[in-house]
Amino acid sequence: MNVLLYLVPMALLLGLTGLVAFLWSLKSGQYDDLDGAAVRILPDDDIED
Amino acid sequence: MAETLDLSMFVERGEEGASHMTLAVEGVGCAGCIRKIESGLTKLPGVIDARLNFTQRRLAVDWRGDEIDAARIIAALEGIGYHAHPFAPERVEADEDAQAKWLLKCLAVAGFAAMNVMLLSISVWAGNVSDMTQETRDLFHWLSALIALPAAAYAGQPFFQSALRALRARQLNMDVPISLGVTLALGLSVYETATHAAHAYFDSAIMLLFFLLCGRYLDLAMRRKTRVFAGNLASLKAEFAHRLEASGELTQVPVAALHPGDTVLVRPGERIPADGTLISGSSEIDESLVTGETLPRAVGAGVTLYAGSINVSGALTLRVTAAGAGTLVEEVERLLDKAIAAKSQTVRLADRAAQFYAPVVHATAALTAVGWLIAGASVHDAIVIAIAVLIITCPCAIALAIPAVQVVAAGRLFRSGIILNGGDAIERLAEADTIVFDKTGTLTLPDPSVDEATDIDPEMLERAARLALSSRHPLAAALAREARERVPYPGAVEEPGQGVRARVDGAEARLGSAKFCSVAEKERPAAARDGDASFITFAHAGKTATIAIRQTLRPDAVAVTRSLMRRGLRLIVLSGDRAAAVAPVAQKLGISDWRAGLTPTEKIAAIEALKSQGCRVLMVGDGLNDAPALAAAHVSLSPITAAHLTQAHADALFLGENLAPVLRAIVVARRARSLMKQNLALAAIYNALAVPIAIAGLVTPLIAAVAMSGSSLLVTLNALRARIEFPSDRAAALSARPRESGNPEHATAEKTSQSGFPLEFSPDLIGSGIERKKL
Repeated sequence: MNVLLYLVPMALLLGLTGLVAFLWSLKSGQYDDLDGAAVRILPDDDIED
Repeated sequence: MAETLDLSMFVERGEEGASHMTLAVEGVGCAGCIRKIESGLTKLPGVIDARLNFTQRRLAVDWRGDEIDAARIIAALEGIGYHAHPFAPERVEADEDAQAKWLLKCLAVAGFAAMNVMLLSISVWAGNVSDMTQETRDLFHWLSALIALPAAAYAGQPFFQSALRALRARQLNMDVPISLGVTLALGLSVYETATHAAHAYFDSAIMLLFFLLCGRYLDLAMRRKTRVFAGNLASLKAEFAHRLEASGELTQVPVAALHPGDTVLVRPGERIPADGTLISGSSEIDESLVTGETLPRAVGAGVTLYAGSINVSGALTLRVTAAGAGTLVEEVERLLDKAIAAKSQTVRLADRAAQFYAPVVHATAALTAVGWLIAGASVHDAIVIAIAVLIITCPCAIALAIPAVQVVAAGRLFRSGIILNGGDAIERLAEADTIVFDKTGTLTLPDPSVDEATDIDPEMLERAARLALSSRHPLAAALAREARERVPYPGAVEEPGQGVRARVDGAEARLGSAKFCSVAEKERPAAARDGDASFITFAHAGKTATIAIRQTLRPDAVAVTRSLMRRGLRLIVLSGDRAAAVAPVAQKLGISDWRAGLTPTEKIAAIEALKSQGCRVLMVGDGLNDAPALAAAHVSLSPITAAHLTQAHADALFLGENLAPVLRAIVVARRARSLMKQNLALAAIYNALAVPIAIAGLVTPLIAAVAMSGSSLLVTLNALRARIEFPSDRAAALSARPRESGNPEHATAEKTSQSGFPLEFSPDLIGSGIERKKL
């Protein structure tokens, strides 16, 4: 069962990365305008014709 | 005279002339609007950045101060086709934003910890019934401790802080048993781990925090959504005043920027922006929003005027004053202070449950320990079992039971155009058994309109209405709403204080006083001789007509009051208006219990008398004179057109020109209250089943986890039933539905826009009668 000694910390580290990523996205204001983010993908104004 | 616009109070100045402003924008509905607004503004010289928050309908603009100013930016937006108004965020909103972020952080930490601890716990549960070695189990328990302890210390803060506050005030709230349960569960688990025991409760403690934080966050999110909406609404209906500077120049300033001592010019048809003393000019003043009196009052220099009154005829110059001794505002404020101090703090259902629950739980746990000691168990076993009782009874379900229902019910009310000021208003609305209505602006529409009984040729009416479009007189504004073709006649001339005239179809048309139209006063139609109506005369090509303008009932008032009475509610009308004006309204609605000519003091006294009879009073009112009565009542509602002070003291505001939201609020609140009680009962049943098992010492962490999440899920699902519309509710709503008025903009309040906001910001709803100033 010695494999657990590095598998469990690795799993925890991955989970922690997810948590840090969420806290970062929260801090950088990515949840301030959820409806806006949904509709902003629609216009194609970045495509030059 | 050219008038400059001063918006400096809304602009934040940064370094090197950088300026920032937030605007509430109306009419934003799709992705195209975002692009149009943002690219339209960034094209302007000097604008650095424009970013529209689509969720909140707010626009943040940054610019270099010397190249463009706030007024030009608003004008540019107006040019693109969007009405916008600068926005000064309230403190409460900023505080709630910060709190929501903090709760979300706690929730994320608790969620992370709960998932990982559960992963380890399930392995232990499986290992305990198979071949796990003690070393592996201890390792897993220590790992759980390593995750759970710091996570609980961080994510538990909202509960620990609130519990400490309650204990310092020598009170008990739900957070006290929660904090105690979590702390004891963690402490016991560490001890058990250190003594190599088979069970630890890290997962129970952290899962409890996760569930509770979900409830807290949802509750706050709902409150923030309504607050953002109410904030936008308030800023979009904000008014401007014409301030006379010492140099004799006129400046347009937001009303909030006025100070005592300023001199203000009020033109006919405008609302008086602030309380003050009349310096010069004479006019008639419509004070229906202040006193409920519908007949205009003639005023001359030296008279005190109140914010919210409408200037009917002449131009006035006003010196802004703070509320002086002996004025109506001062009296209202004094009564308000008294009413708020006297208001017995109604104990909320959740707190009542907590006050009953916490001592029972703690006593049960203590008795269990004593019982096991007497039965001969070791001290260790007795304490372990007692703590298991505390964990299993931790009020997870109860703490979710009420907020969950509140969130769902508040959401349903919000979609019906009712904005709650606080979650506990729902409970108090459900308890109401007597409804006290104000008349003017509450039972009747805030603005007068053409009397239905007016006997006039439709073509004449149309001509008169189109001519009225060229007048600023409030009576003409009522008539102008009847116009089908909304184009003013070219060359129409308004003669102040008299009327308007224009050439229509080759003949002169006049609209105004009887004298102006050369008609004898006596020719008034008999139907309108009750003294409640105002008259406007129209003359065209030798034909004349007299049109009666009066306060009309809200379109669905009769159906709604009838439906309320059928539900066993006692209805009363308390009005500040004359008896002659109140009696016909009360009679039409079938309300026999009415009083007229009341001062704010008498209104409060009437409400106190009802309260002493044991009635739970719902007060519905809009006038400044209603504010103390609203504060004194058990629960209160105001239309969105109400006076500022009154809105601040109402438990909820309703939008639209229908009275149906009053009925709706009561139906939804009663249903929500019965669901809350059901949820409390469910939680009690859960305890009745789980507590004996815990007392018997049979609870393993697995049972605790299943029981806790099971009961939480059950109450949450039950709370969602508050969304369901029952046939009986629908029947009530249908019978209260107004007959379709000709104006499609006045759609029923039930209509929901794409964004989830109940209604688009339509000027008709925001404050009909409050004229929006072109910037």
